[in-house]
Amino acid sequence: MLPELFFAYFAVTIVLFSIFVVTARNPVHSVLWMLLLFFHIAGLYLFLNAEFIAAIQIIIYAGAILVLYLFVVFLLNLREELKIYRFIGGWPSGLTFGIALLAVIILSIRSFIAAPPGKYSINLIREETHTKALAKLLYTDYLFPFEIISVILLVAIVGVIVLAKRRLKT
Amino acid sequence: MVPLNWYMLLSAVVFTIGVTGFLMRRNIIIMLMSIELMLNGVNINLVALSHYLQDMRGQILTFFVISVAAAEAAIGLAIIIALFRNKATAHVDEVQEMKG
Repeated sequence: MLPELFFAYFAVTIVLFSIFVVTARNPVHSVLWMLLLFFHIAGLYLFLNAEFIAAIQIIIYAGAILVLYLFVVFLLNLREELKIYRFIGGWPSGLTFGIALLAVIILSIRSFIAAPPGKYSINLIREETHTKALAKLLYTDYLFPFEIISVILLVAIVGVIVLAKRRLKT
Repeated sequence: MVPLNWYMLLSAVVFTIGVTGFLMRRNIIIMLMSIELMLNGVNINLVALSHYLQDMRGQILTFFVISVAAAEAAIGLAIIIALFRNKATAHVDEVQEMKG
């Protein structure tokens, strides 16, 4: 009974906060709702025995990405934003598309068949600690994708500098 | 034990809210945040499946998704800054130079 109550609290808050994120009038409020949302998603990860993922959810998403968003919202002067209507003209078609997509996804969830469970049972992870089990897999079987991620981050760094740099007058 | 279907339903709802926000909002910053919302919905699904199927691959994939999301946020915000420098607007319906 208690796990269901915990899950219900997290599910209701996550859905409510994500609705607030996309409907808030002020972008700063939107970012702050997003912060609360990320903390609750990290709580859900803890609930699923994924401590390391919960930690990097808080450190990277809440600590780095959202601060970047907040900086950009403060940097741009969006004062006159607040007076005009926040949705585009064709918003009913977007809403219809969203509802139809949700119906399709829910119908396809019903036909989900679970695969046979793998070897990383809860006892094995508890014995080996979660971070160690994840790191062992990451640095052996998934070493090549890990290197590709570093290249992607390098491309992002160079691209951001090229895009956001002020053009020199020639 | 919470059934797996509840997690999949929650992730589907968060993903759909992200899609709807992306299609409905006028402000480009909130459109980018809707993309983050979609990625988070997928992450919930991956971690839940990884826990219930007793396999670590889902969490490794979550790790990759989070790092790609960081790169995507940085580049998207740089594009917004470049757009604001050229047009002084953050509204998508005022940016229509590339319309055919």
